[in-house]
Amino acid sequence: MMIVLIALIVLMILGAIVALESRDLLSAIISLGIIGFALTIIFLVLSAPDLAIVQIIIETLTLIILIAAVLKTTRADTSETVNARVVMLWISGIIFMGLFLLSAVRAFQSLPEFGALGLRMAQAYLDGFRQTGASNLVTAVILDFRGYDTLGEATVLFTSVAGVVTVLRKAGRKD
Amino acid sequence: MKGMTVIVKKISQLMVPSIFLLGLYVVVHGHLTPGGGFAGGVLLVGCFVLQILAYGSDEVRNDLKKWRASLSESIGIVLFLFIALLGLFQGGVFFYNTIARAHPGSALDLFSAGLIPLSNLAIGIEVAAALFAIFLTLAVFRMEKHT
Repeated sequence: MMIVLIALIVLMILGAIVALESRDLLSAIISLGIIGFALTIIFLVLSAPDLAIVQIIIETLTLIILIAAVLKTTRADTSETVNARVVMLWISGIIFMGLFLLSAVRAFQSLPEFGALGLRMAQAYLDGFRQTGASNLVTAVILDFRGYDTLGEATVLFTSVAGVVTVLRKAGRKD
Repeated sequence: MKGMTVIVKKISQLMVPSIFLLGLYVVVHGHLTPGGGFAGGVLLVGCFVLQILAYGSDEVRNDLKKWRASLSESIGIVLFLFIALLGLFQGGVFFYNTIARAHPGSALDLFSAGLIPLSNLAIGIEVAAALFAIFLTLAVFRMEKHT
């Protein structure tokens, strides 16, 4: 299982690099899709079907919207390359990578051993079912124990739609 | 946006009912099987998006109104808030699961877990309408200005 995970993560990193470096926006979006669909397989391997369903549907819809937007506008990457202050970019990149590795090592040391969560999760499923009556513990958590979080997420979605509709509206524009 | 060939139109015509049914299933069974309001809502909006992409926005232009998507989105989020307030007034705590406490519920039934299926419905309506509004704004009504 670890080999599959490592291979998928390497594939995701390669896809991210291609998406960054590609001059053609359509191929950049396609390689962005590699990241999302590889993440779906990782969720399935780690037996998290809830996340896998959400990830694969959202990824497909996002790719459709992005491809439609690219086909309607331009395919060439029009952003200019910044060649000033290359030294500053390298220094800040190295500092950030060092900080990231340091905190990642600290975080991974405090995690329990890989795959050692079985009994704790089984107990959590029994307790959650007794307290809420929902046999899908993920739904029980996001809609009962952590209802405020879900309300916040719904509000974020509402606000983002309001922002998109306001920015791209036709009526009331000056130009 | 122009429509695609007759093959794509026919295939999408055959696929859309089953996708819609799967979306409804995922929303309604959110408290029993993997999925829930978010995943089911995106499935529901997926069949609308498929139809618009296959048939082109010119054919459905007269029936498409952006304010309807915005209205259903607002209805979804107000419904979710109303469910939360129901817990406040009935049980004294925001998001209190009143029905589950009153009826302990038969295990693994469709009508169990109290307010959770209703919240799933509200979330599904909200997510589907929100994503459909974004799709309409970005991909359909955006090009009208240039043409």
